[in-house]
Amino acid sequence: MMNLPKVGFAIRGLGFASLLLLIGCGHDDISYNANIRPILNKNCLACHGGIKQSGGFSLLFEEDAYLPTSSGKAAIIRGDAKNSELVKRLHHEDPELRMPFDGHPLSAQEINLIEKWIDQGAKWEDHWAYRPPNSETKSPDIEDSWIQSPIDAFVLQRLVEEGLTPNQSADKASLLRRLTLDLIGLPPTLSEVKSYEDDPSDDAYEDQVDRLLASPHFGEHWGTMWLDLARYADSKGYEKDLYRSIWKYRDWVIDALNDDMPFDQFTIEQLAGDLLENPTEAQLIATAFHRNTMANDEGGTDNEEFRNYANIDRVSTTFEVWQGTTMACVQCHSHPYDPIRHEEFYQVMAFFNNTADCDIYHEAPNVFTYEPAQRQAAEGLIEWIQERVPLDIADEATLHEKRRAVLHQLDFLRKEAELFDASSPLIELTAPAQKTLFQIQDTSWVRYDQTDLTGVDHINLRYASPFGGYVEARLGSQNGSVIGTVYLPTLTDPADRNRWDRWSTISMDVSSPDGRHDLFFRFLKDKVQDSDLFRLDWFELVKDSPRWERQSSDVVQKLEQLYEVEAVPTPIMQELPSDERKPTHIFERGNWLVPGDEVTPGVPLAFGKLHAEVPTRLDLAQWLVSRENPLTARVIVNRFWEQIFGFGLVETVEDFGTQGIKPSHPQLLDWLAVTFRDSMEWSVKHLLKSMVMSSTYRQSAEVTADKLDKDPRNLLRSRGSRIRLTAEQLRDQVLAVSDLLNPKMHGPSARPPYPQGAGQFRFGDRYTPSEGDGQRRRSIYTYIKRTNPFPNRINFDGTDRTVCTSRRIRTNTPLQALALLNDPAYYAAAGQLAKFMMHEEEVDQMISTGYQKVMLRPIDQQKLAGLRTFYYDALSSEDGNKQAALTLVANAILNLDEFVNT
Amino acid sequence: MSLSKEAQLRIGAFNSRRYFLRSCFGGIGAMALGGLLHGQASPSATLGTERSSILDEVPRAKRVIFLHMAGAPSQLELFDYKPVLQRYDGQACPPSLMEGKRFAFLSGVPKMMGPQAEFKQVGESGTWLSHHLPYLSQRVDDICFLKAMHTDEFNHAPAQLFMHTGSPRLGRPSMGSWMVYGLGSENENLPGFVVLTSGSDPSAGKSVWGSGFLPSLHQGVQCRAQGDPILFLNNPKSIDAAMRKRSIEAINEVNRREYEMVGDPEILSRISQYELAFRMQAEVPEVMDITQEPDYIHALYGTSPGRISFANNCLLARRLAEQGVRFIQLYDNAWDHHGAGKGNGVVDGLANACRNIDRPIAALLEDLKLRGLWEDTLIVWGGEFGRTPMMETRASGADFRGRDHHSEAFTVWLAGGAIKGGLSYGETDDLGYYGVKDRVHVHDLQATILHCMGVDHEQLTYHFQGRDFRLTDVHGHVVKDILS
Repeated sequence: MMNLPKVGFAIRGLGFASLLLLIGCGHDDISYNANIRPILNKNCLACHGGIKQSGGFSLLFEEDAYLPTSSGKAAIIRGDAKNSELVKRLHHEDPELRMPFDGHPLSAQEINLIEKWIDQGAKWEDHWAYRPPNSETKSPDIEDSWIQSPIDAFVLQRLVEEGLTPNQSADKASLLRRLTLDLIGLPPTLSEVKSYEDDPSDDAYEDQVDRLLASPHFGEHWGTMWLDLARYADSKGYEKDLYRSIWKYRDWVIDALNDDMPFDQFTIEQLAGDLLENPTEAQLIATAFHRNTMANDEGGTDNEEFRNYANIDRVSTTFEVWQGTTMACVQCHSHPYDPIRHEEFYQVMAFFNNTADCDIYHEAPNVFTYEPAQRQAAEGLIEWIQERVPLDIADEATLHEKRRAVLHQLDFLRKEAELFDASSPLIELTAPAQKTLFQIQDTSWVRYDQTDLTGVDHINLRYASPFGGYVEARLGSQNGSVIGTVYLPTLTDPADRNRWDRWSTISMDVSSPDGRHDLFFRFLKDKVQDSDLFRLDWFELVKDSPRWERQSSDVVQKLEQLYEVEAVPTPIMQELPSDERKPTHIFERGNWLVPGDEVTPGVPLAFGKLHAEVPTRLDLAQWLVSRENPLTARVIVNRFWEQIFGFGLVETVEDFGTQGIKPSHPQLLDWLAVTFRDSMEWSVKHLLKSMVMSSTYRQSAEVTADKLDKDPRNLLRSRGSRIRLTAEQLRDQVLAVSDLLNPKMHGPSARPPYPQGAGQFRFGDRYTPSEGDGQRRRSIYTYIKRTNPFPNRINFDGTDRTVCTSRRIRTNTPLQALALLNDPAYYAAAGQLAKFMMHEEEVDQMISTGYQKVMLRPIDQQKLAGLRTFYYDALSSEDGNKQAALTLVANAILNLDEFVNT
Repeated sequence: MSLSKEAQLRIGAFNSRRYFLRSCFGGIGAMALGGLLHGQASPSATLGTERSSILDEVPRAKRVIFLHMAGAPSQLELFDYKPVLQRYDGQACPPSLMEGKRFAFLSGVPKMMGPQAEFKQVGESGTWLSHHLPYLSQRVDDICFLKAMHTDEFNHAPAQLFMHTGSPRLGRPSMGSWMVYGLGSENENLPGFVVLTSGSDPSAGKSVWGSGFLPSLHQGVQCRAQGDPILFLNNPKSIDAAMRKRSIEAINEVNRREYEMVGDPEILSRISQYELAFRMQAEVPEVMDITQEPDYIHALYGTSPGRISFANNCLLARRLAEQGVRFIQLYDNAWDHHGAGKGNGVVDGLANACRNIDRPIAALLEDLKLRGLWEDTLIVWGGEFGRTPMMETRASGADFRGRDHHSEAFTVWLAGGAIKGGLSYGETDDLGYYGVKDRVHVHDLQATILHCMGVDHEQLTYHFQGRDFRLTDVHGHVVKDILS
């Protein structure tokens, strides 16, 4: 029952300006950043910024601000406030001429500051975040026994200024629970707590930190944060929202985090792993980062439109993730507040505009890898064939390349029908697997580019159809010369329920010129048509006397088997060959149908410059993690800080621009950024260790009225964090404390059952829940369908992974209460916990044992009393059934506020 | 003093120290149903405004019932009568109607197709209406038809997102979320934004009622006719209401103790959320239970309890409106009539779809009037785009007459106290291809709906990723001519 506004605080507009005014008045030197920029941002930039330059005057870029305006007069004359048009207009008595136009006049104090600043020479300063972090930043020189790390000195200095004292360390059990949830996303076990409590050594805590940093669950927890940024999901988005095979990327993230891959390498491999020299399969998989963009398979969509949207998303995501900069506005016009010009958005887009992906159904280009069983099978078959037939296979080739070489060298020229390069709008792939195609209209077509038809005299087609129809093979265009036609006879009665699963192979004679051609199949109906004509699984180009024909039937059989071995596709980034590269244009007002001037690859000038003459995606990636980049290290340490402490040092982790919230501890931010980049050499585990080893982190979470008053949101870290767990942590925790969690790592996404009625899958897509404990794996493995995410994922503020998300806004709602109380999966966990409690005899023992298993500390007497009374009430209403009553108590324990918080 | 009252006061005191708090009357961010965790500001704050600054004038409506015909019904068979088009029936489409245009499926030279329905003038207003909608013909004088609607999108999912979130791509809040975010809810025991579907989910899935970048508590809550009326609303079988009440008391008692020990005010908020959850458990099933309605009401709507139907959803919409739900969104997914086969054309397919909605919609309008809800309810009916004056058929030779997606012209209608009834606003050309007079863009419709609710669409913003976002992006004009 909270009828209280909690959203609209005017902190940015009002708070800063007035606060800074006060500070500004105390000093003689006026700082543009500290004193002037806030006034201008609030009052002027809407009309004199990136969108509008009213009167030919803009305050966004230094090079514009001092120029003569439309009237011919300069708004700002350095050293001469009196004659500066800006000052005149602030004072003007005519409201038509006085600035801000149509707004409240500035206060005398504000005008005074601006005058002083101009008189002092109107020195421009770049926004703090665009200046490199100061490598000389040292932690404050304070002596205090509380200080365990440089972080503490920064924090303590600020607390002392505010008249606050930090809390002492939390009790060991609470601290280990918090630490474990923060580092690996799971609660500790009772025995882990006990062994920590029993360890009297000075290093006891550090040992726990090291143990957790080394845990394989570490990557599973931190992966979630990164996958929110990467907008990772198991489906493509939009209408059909069908399956996308991209879980290898999720596993790559988990492994990279577990291996503590240095963050610069982590960056480069994801943005440009394909451009590294001889990239490994893993480096290619890493580039799936930018293949997590949505794709639209809806019938009748324009692939080029959605390819462009994907590219626009890549620009925005790259800059949000690494630069804490929001580029969304720059898509349509120059940034209203930050110094980024419209064309610079498209300069960045030019880095992404020449990759080979094109919103096509099968998501090419893909890298194909093999799970252990399939790898073994394929290797065995290749070896077997190689022993019998002389082949030319390079040793260093990947398994997939070897497999293709074997098939190709033996003229086994089969191709999956769905791997077309283009199609008419009425071609669909059959969900959920998307491994056969069908046509929903007469005369639809598909195209296979540059198909080598040398020596081919017929084409075999694998198809299913209750209706029959015709296939024409044509060259060059859908109306090009016909090189073959075949009638596909009806295979079943249209009434046959499984009519689409009756497959047959038919042969089409072709007379084709040798060489490579764009091969078209055009599909024509027979006498009747329902909604589809026929399904096509694969086709096979058969030469006159292919090499496989001359082998024994065993070899042919093995070739068939080799062809059938299933590989895992993962969409990746891949540059187009040089002759297919396309120019990049500005989109006028963001509209891709209205191209403007051509641009070349580059980064916004305010952020720096690339040195290469024609920079590539790899140059972009390397620049992001170079010493020259002012933002990356700050933005990234801030992200990790936010995860550990609940808020970033810059609270707007997604926005380090002038509209973002200023850092609460600017020196600490710089010190961390420089340390992370230089002495820690981009090691995330070192960074996290430095945070959790601090006294700041270890504080107890107790709040006093004084602290609530002076540090209401704990932005100054006057106490330990108490943070509502994420959707993933909540589910994992409940599975863990009820001993139901299946710790299996990696692999295709797990499919827990959807709550009844919530799992509507459409367009032929199907969702089959995993079997047994396959449903109870950690939440990072849970299948994410963008248009139908798990209700509790959204309920507890997780995202649907459609766009890059830096921060999850934590809410507290009755729907969350209902979910924790009544979700059958949660209630089942309560039943498990009750069974565990049944091992005790005494009522108090049962309750305190259950509580301790969950909260890992002894129960407070008053809490025990409350639960005891409840137990007896439940017992009488359950007719003395102990287990039923205990299940209710367990359900209550799993709903406690302390359980859903760190 | 009850615990929740105390919690409220405590949090109020807490907040007022932090952010110069203003009145508590359901303003911006007044979230009857839950709140943001105190620790977590919205992304770089948000409006920085009070409700008064988003209001452009006295609200004309308190709630919206939005009837979305997902798939996009053909305006040419229902409202936009084009006798001239009939003269061109069967003739080749002039190249000018195809050149430079983007269609989902049409290509080459399609044929023009005249209206596949009979029209006559009905009501005192003399409104042209199709024979498919006999019940609605009784109510045309209450309705304003926007006949020159247009949109930017011609594929279902993007167009539905565009209609409901103002953007063709996923990730933005839906209209109902904006509404609850801006205006709060009138009934704290029910969600402020309720969604009811018949047929499968609309093309864009549940995203069309998602809260996008707004906090998740503003998302649309799907209410269902079968199973739990709201997900997880029902207790596990073995727990009755009395025991659930008792268990929430026990949970809250322990939480209270935790608050004494730790002092985190968010605990008080959780306590009140559990109390609220309990009240929802009592109230929601009651609202969703249409068996309580008398026979004449069932006869009026054509409802049969226990089924999932558009008719049942219309009756539920009225019940939810009575209970003060702010935004009631219905989807009926049956309207994509391409002529792909039997039952999928603008003849038979459309006739079937109309049969399912005609009586219940007329009943809803009548019922709202009878109950005095008419004056402050805004009813919106429409699809995500229109359909082409050209014929589409997927089976050459067979006569399954369909029409392709059309972004340039379609009809949406509005009704309710805020709206001038009996008005046809906007005109299309003789072929029904382009709007030629008083065109209304989707963003204009959104601006107008917000305006009826008293909200200035330019002021209802949320700061996210460095800019202030709004439902209408940087567009939208209120169509004042249609307001009563």
